[in-house]
Amino acid sequence: MIRLSHVVKSYDHKTNVVNDLSLEIPEGEICVLIGESGCGKTTTMKMINRLIEPTSGTIEIEGTDIRKIDKISLRRNIGYVIQQIGLLPHLTTAQNIGLVPKLLRQPQSSIAKRVKELMEMIELPYEAYGHRYPRELSGGQQQRIGVARALANDPDIVLMDEPFSAVDPIARQQLQNSLLKLQDSLHKTIVFVTHDITEAIKVGDKIAIMQNGNIVQYAGPEDILKRPENEFVEAFVGKDRLWKTPDMIKASDIMDTTFVEIGRNRSIAHAIELMKARKTDILFVVATVSEAPEPLLGVVSALELRGGDKEGKKMHEIMRTDVTTMHIDDCLADVLATRSATDSSVTPIVDDNGGVVGVISDTSVLNVLSEIAPEREVQT
Amino acid sequence: MSLWQYLAANWDYVLGKTVQHIELSSVAVAFACVVGIPLGVFITNQKRAADAVIGVANVIQTVPSLALFAFMIPLFGIGYRNAVFALFLYALLPIIKNTYIGIMNVDPGVIEAARGMGLTRFQVLYKVQMPLAVAVIMGGVRIATVTCIGVATIATLVGAGGLGDIIYRGIAMVNFNMILSGAITAAVLALLVDFVLGLVEKRLTSRGIRAQ
Repeated sequence: MIRLSHVVKSYDHKTNVVNDLSLEIPEGEICVLIGESGCGKTTTMKMINRLIEPTSGTIEIEGTDIRKIDKISLRRNIGYVIQQIGLLPHLTTAQNIGLVPKLLRQPQSSIAKRVKELMEMIELPYEAYGHRYPRELSGGQQQRIGVARALANDPDIVLMDEPFSAVDPIARQQLQNSLLKLQDSLHKTIVFVTHDITEAIKVGDKIAIMQNGNIVQYAGPEDILKRPENEFVEAFVGKDRLWKTPDMIKASDIMDTTFVEIGRNRSIAHAIELMKARKTDILFVVATVSEAPEPLLGVVSALELRGGDKEGKKMHEIMRTDVTTMHIDDCLADVLATRSATDSSVTPIVDDNGGVVGVISDTSVLNVLSEIAPEREVQT
Repeated sequence: MSLWQYLAANWDYVLGKTVQHIELSSVAVAFACVVGIPLGVFITNQKRAADAVIGVANVIQTVPSLALFAFMIPLFGIGYRNAVFALFLYALLPIIKNTYIGIMNVDPGVIEAARGMGLTRFQVLYKVQMPLAVAVIMGGVRIATVTCIGVATIATLVGAGGLGDIIYRGIAMVNFNMILSGAITAAVLALLVDFVLGLVEKRLTSRGIRAQ
C-alpha cells in the first residue's frame, strides 16, 4: 500500500502545485490520477519515486517512509513507464528491458531468460523483436516494451505517466486491454496518470480526480459516474458519460423499490384489497411480509385472481412461479436482453441472498434512459 | 622536374615531416579531448560556468594562429612544446562546444526515464547521455583535428617542424614542387584523418540512432 499524508509541493513557496494531498492506494489495484493539465497529478506521481521531493508531508510504502529509502534502490524497485520516448533509442528492445537487472549485476543468463519471458508476455517475441531498436517499432509496440521494461525487476509498484497518450486510438485500446490482462495475473499496485476520462474509467479500480493540487473525489469508476461529488467532477466526467458506458448502469440503479409484497397464505380477497389500496396490479408472494428482503416465491397479478375455480385458495396455490429474477449487479444491457426475451411485465430484482429488493418494469427502464441520455437541442 | 619526380626523389624527407606533422596534431588533439570532453560534460550542469568556459574558448579561437604561436614563446620558448600547446588551445573550442551541445540536446524525456528507472547520475551520463551525444562530440573532434592539421603547417615558424618546413623552404627557394608536395600532403592528410575519424564515429554510434 502506498500512503500519502498531507503532501505539499511548492516550487516558489507561494503557490502549491500539490496542496495538502492525502491518498491511500491499496495493494494490487490500479489507481488513476486524473485532472486537467497543471492539476498536480504528474507531480504527485513523481513524488512516489522521488523524482520530485515533497515540500512537506510524508509518503509511505508498506509503512516505510520513502525518505528513509535510498533513492536509487527505491526507483529500481518501482517500475516506471512514461509517455512516448521512454525507451533508450541507442539500445535494442532486449537491452532496454534488461537494463535495470544488468545494473543490479544479475547474472547474464537470468537476465536473458527474464527478457524473453517478458517479451513473450507482451506478445512481442524475443526472436522477432529482441534485436530491434525502438525506432524500428510502432508507437504501440514501443509502449509495450516500455511496460515490459518497467516489470523487468518484478517491482510491486508501477508508475505510469500518461503511458498511452501518444499512440493512436486503436493502439491505445489494445494497450489498455493488454494492461488489464497483465494486471489480472500480476496484481501490481499501479499508479496511472492520465487526462483521458474514458481511459480512467476503463483501467481504474479507483480514480482520484484532481483539481488545484488536491483530490476532489477518490472512488471507484461507478461511484464517480453515478455520484459525482460536485459540479466540477460532473463536468469533468461529462454528463453523457454514463450513456456511453451502459455497463456501468446496474439493475440496482434502475429498479423501483416501491413494490408490494404479500404473504403466501393470504387469501384472494386480501390480495384484491391490497391491490386497490396500493394501486398496483402485481404482488410479490413471500413467506411472510417483513422489513427485510424476503426470498421471492412467486408473482400474483390480476390475471391469476380471476376465475371461479380459485375461490378459497391461498396465494401460494395460484401464484405464477415461472418468473425470471435478476441480480442487483446485472447491468442495463443484460436487463434489457432478459426483458425482451421474457414476456413478463415486471422483473423482480434480488440481492445476494435471494431476497427481493426491487422491480424493473418498462417504465423504470425508460425513466433511467431519459435521465442519462445526452441533452439534445430541440429543433423548432 | 615534375611534382612526382620531386616526391620520388625526396620521399624520405616528406615522410619524415609528415610523421612529425601527425605527431604534433594528434598529441594536441588528444590533450584537447582529455581536457575538453570532461569540461564540456561538467559545464552542462553549470550554466554560468558554461558561459564563461565557452566565452574564453571563443576568444582563443579568434586569435590569429600565427599570433597564438608567438604568444606562446614567452611561456614555452620555441620548439615542439610551444606548437603543441598552441594547437591544443585551438582544438579546445570545437571539442568543448560540441560536447556541451551534444549532452544538452539529449531528450530530457529519455534522461527522466533513465533516472526514473533508478540509474545514478554517473550511469545516466555514461549509459545514456554519452552514447546519445557521441556523434556530436565526434563531430567536434573531427573539426578540431582538421583545423589542427591545417594550422600545424605554421608550427614551422616556431621551429616545431612538420609539413610547414617543406612549404616554407619551398617558398624561400621558389621551388613550386616543394611547396606543393608539402601543401598537398597536408591537405590529403586532413581528408584522410577526417575519413578515418568518420569511421570511428560510425562505429561508436548505436544503430538505433544513426542517421538513415
